[in-house]
Amino acid sequence: MALEKPYQDVPGTTIFDAEQSRKGYHLNQFCVSLMKPENRARFKANERAYLDEWPMSEEQKLAVMARDLNRCIALGGNIYFLARIGATDGKSFQQMAGSMTGLSEEAYRDMMVSGGRPIEGNRYTHEWEKK
Amino acid sequence: MARITASVYSSHVPAIGVAVDQGKTGEPYWQKMFAGFEFSKQWLKENTPDVIFLVYNDHATAFSLEIIPTFAIGCAAEFKPADEGWGPRPVPVVQGHPELAAHIAQSVIMDDFDLTIVNKMDVDHGLTVPLSLMCGQPSVDNFAWPCPVIPFAVNVVQYPVPSGRRCFNLGRAIRKAVESYDAPLKVQIWGTGGMSHQLQGPRAGLINRTWDNAFLDRLVADPAGLAQVPHIDYVREAGSEGIELVMWLIARGAMSDAPPKVVHRFYHVPASNTAVGHLILENQ
Ligand SMILES: [Fe+2]
Repeated sequence: MALEKPYQDVPGTTIFDAEQSRKGYHLNQFCVSLMKPENRARFKANERAYLDEWPMSEEQKLAVMARDLNRCIALGGNIYFLARIGATDGKSFQQMAGSMTGLSEEAYRDMMVSGGRPIEGNRYTHEWEKK
Repeated sequence: MARITASVYSSHVPAIGVAVDQGKTGEPYWQKMFAGFEFSKQWLKENTPDVIFLVYNDHATAFSLEIIPTFAIGCAAEFKPADEGWGPRPVPVVQGHPELAAHIAQSVIMDDFDLTIVNKMDVDHGLTVPLSLMCGQPSVDNFAWPCPVIPFAVNVVQYPVPSGRRCFNLGRAIRKAVESYDAPLKVQIWGTGGMSHQLQGPRAGLINRTWDNAFLDRLVADPAGLAQVPHIDYVREAGSEGIELVMWLIARGAMSDAPPKVVHRFYHVPASNTAVGHLILENQ
């Protein structure tokens, strides 16, 4: 019998479960490596060469190089791990989170200051399909 | 015998640590948030415990994906602030309490909770930010936290995280463990993380004031009922990272069964991407 995953019916959200974690293991471990300054320097000097040292999929590597965090998450990345890429780029958590929403940095910050994204209309995937 | 005197609940947003470290707490963006902890700093000065049992989560810092313990108790003599990629926070090294930690580990494992014993671990913003909020920036001439701290890390990063019910029952087992420790220690238990926030995907930035405030109400008045709330409610209503709130139930479960005294309550939106919630409850 299949496992029940009710969290798949939440729009704009990917839950980092055991299945995602399995897919993203090497991607996330690459991110962990960026906690060491010498690795950050090597990555910055030649991203492709550094990524090629990891048994990641080509898709994962391209998503990292494009800094496409939504794609990274779809391919098994987790935001707390991906944050190491942002730290390497000198980006804050807010800049990273905002980059996944389609809003500009200013628009995202303004949304947060005025109380954040409301819950109404954002609970179930069918609420987004109508949009 | 040791006893739990009070519990403290607070968010642990990394940007709060940055604001403290860079002296930005008086800036308009932060003023209101830090004002909510002025009372708390004074309260902690007047009610400094012998030990703080600090429930938090590691954010891919001490634990990568190599090993993912659901519950990990820090039994070391000290814990260094971690380098999370921006350099370690300029805050004091955390002094542990290995004797009490070992005692709690023994008792709680005997009560059927599988704790991972950790004898070497750096601690990230999940642990140091609540200390900064409650203690402020320690002075240069006495650069230390006010008392020893036992770090207790909960996996809330990889799903499934422990249920609210399990967390609440674990809190009870911790209470029992503390109360069987043969020294007259005053112990506080802190639950950290949350409140509503989502850091990932197109729904990032979600905040749910109504749900958060109902959570605070129920945490005080009906914790056993609150502990029955399933994961999906947290994810859907409080955002994918709002699930951190299950950790508050560990601290609440460690309190007496009698109603606590609500000493302080505070709620503020936003700190970066997150709703900040804060409670201080005393055992009567
Ligand atoms: Fe957290």
